[in-house]
Amino acid sequence: MTKQITLKALLYFVAILFLIIFGFPFVFVLITSIKDQNGYMQSFWSIPSTFYMGNFVAVFKANFLRYLFNSLFVAGISVSLAIFIASMASFALATMKFKLNKAVFMLFLVGMMIPAHTTLIPIFALNRQLGLLDKTYGLIGPYTSFAIPISVFIMTGFFKEVPKSIQESAYIDGASVFRIYGQIMLPLSLPAVSTVAIFNFLACWNEFIFGLTLINSPSQKTLPIGIREFYGAESVNIPAILTAVLVASLPVMIFYFLCQEQVIKGLSAGAVKE
Amino acid sequence: MKTLEGTMPGNDYVKKSKIKQAMKQRLTILLFLLPALLVYGTYNVYGIFRTFYYSFMKWSGLSPRMTFIGLKNYINLVTDINIWLALKNNLILVVVSIVFQLSFGLILALIVNSKIRGAKFFRTVYFMPMLLSTVATGIIWLLMFDPYYGLINHMFTAMGFKSLENMAWIGDPKSAMPAVLFVVCWQYIPQYMILLRAGLTNIADEINEAATIDGANKLQLFKSITLPLLAPTLKTSAILSLVGSLKYFDLVYVMTGGGPNGATEVMATYMYKNGFESSNMGYASSVAAFMFIVSLTMVALFQFGTRRKEENN
Repeated sequence: MTKQITLKALLYFVAILFLIIFGFPFVFVLITSIKDQNGYMQSFWSIPSTFYMGNFVAVFKANFLRYLFNSLFVAGISVSLAIFIASMASFALATMKFKLNKAVFMLFLVGMMIPAHTTLIPIFALNRQLGLLDKTYGLIGPYTSFAIPISVFIMTGFFKEVPKSIQESAYIDGASVFRIYGQIMLPLSLPAVSTVAIFNFLACWNEFIFGLTLINSPSQKTLPIGIREFYGAESVNIPAILTAVLVASLPVMIFYFLCQEQVIKGLSAGAVKE
Repeated sequence: MKTLEGTMPGNDYVKKSKIKQAMKQRLTILLFLLPALLVYGTYNVYGIFRTFYYSFMKWSGLSPRMTFIGLKNYINLVTDINIWLALKNNLILVVVSIVFQLSFGLILALIVNSKIRGAKFFRTVYFMPMLLSTVATGIIWLLMFDPYYGLINHMFTAMGFKSLENMAWIGDPKSAMPAVLFVVCWQYIPQYMILLRAGLTNIADEINEAATIDGANKLQLFKSITLPLLAPTLKTSAILSLVGSLKYFDLVYVMTGGGPNGATEVMATYMYKNGFESSNMGYASSVAAFMFIVSLTMVALFQFGTRRKEENN
């Protein structure tokens, strides 16, 4: 009995220790964002008695609404496009018989094993050739492409689970392939679509290296690049920098607290089984 | 079927319409596949081939002018101490990631899966690092590790470790890599917690059954039932961790830029520096090609190794 109690105590101890390790940085960001620099220097962890707005003013003066909009724009369009074209390909791969079916599927699959970074220089060169360098929308192409492998993988798996009889009876009723895809299969696969959407949206939203190399002008930058810029400019103003981090992370955080289950499911989509 | 149709007289109409139908079907398949293939082909597939193509060129990247120099970039690469140091750091990253992320991920998964009070709250908080962009994570920890204004030194001083006052965690070549590794783990442990927890939920019934049958204690149960059943999830997690560690860029770039003095350089930061800072895109492409080969080889070896082990069991 005492052994069980010590075990239980140990469990709680470890759980709370990890709670501090994983949770504290968030609390730290939150309380620091409402302190001014002096307040931060006086005490790193005390909760301030007054709410200092200056950091938020500085962050919004530094183009953050623009970055926010750019990120939303690129991630939104890339994810929609990726889902649209990947679901079409998945539909063909899951329901149609043709010689190269397996090979095409494998071709998409390999994309998940290969670091996207190895295509950085060619994509830089390609965007320059196409006049897409330093344009926010120049990120749409690569982001869409990087989202395809996992989307195809998950949606093909999902389409295969849909009972054949549903499609067959629709076919007999005279529905075209396009109608079966758009009005039967897609609506049925909403769970898979939402998983893929969340996973890819977060990947685009947080993407760094392509944003860093393909964009230069402040007006075209996405959030991650914007935060880094702000960090470089404000290097000693710790409260302002952490406020920028907070503002940039808030949209995703709010979404997470609203639909936790879907977000967790979406983010574990990265580890799809072989 | 084909020959039969061919020999049957008067079957031309049927044959024609069949061919027509087959053509139409092929067209439909193509129509569905084409957009994805086109986009994926342009960026992913063409990108890889292009990287190899550039790796045989002398090319600054500033102008379109490039000259073919054969294997010269690769000869330089194998004699370049920096790429081997970068690879070493990548391999450290691989090992530390697989060992620590998976084991701590498993511990956290067991915690949120146990009958602890507030398990859902714990899970909610443990998962939060996953949502931050790597840049945000890097900046938060950079500020925490700051020698003068950082929370970590402040905490250590308050606890009485006077020798750690003003310790430059990121600025010192000895502590920079451990500091980066710590942050990498902080960022990715939650992902493995979620994956392994999903694995645990899937096998929960089997575990309960086994437990009621022979009344084994919890540790025995864990060793002989839970872990073997969790092996496929652990394997998937290890591959994810492997691929991720070999292409690691964001956090290193934000926190240390590969420094101090190359102490945290990884292949991707080295590629970036050569291509976009020293304007040597040809050489940077050979670094990228090297990264590609290393990743593919290691994934293949890992798959092969674990498959053989599975067969032996």
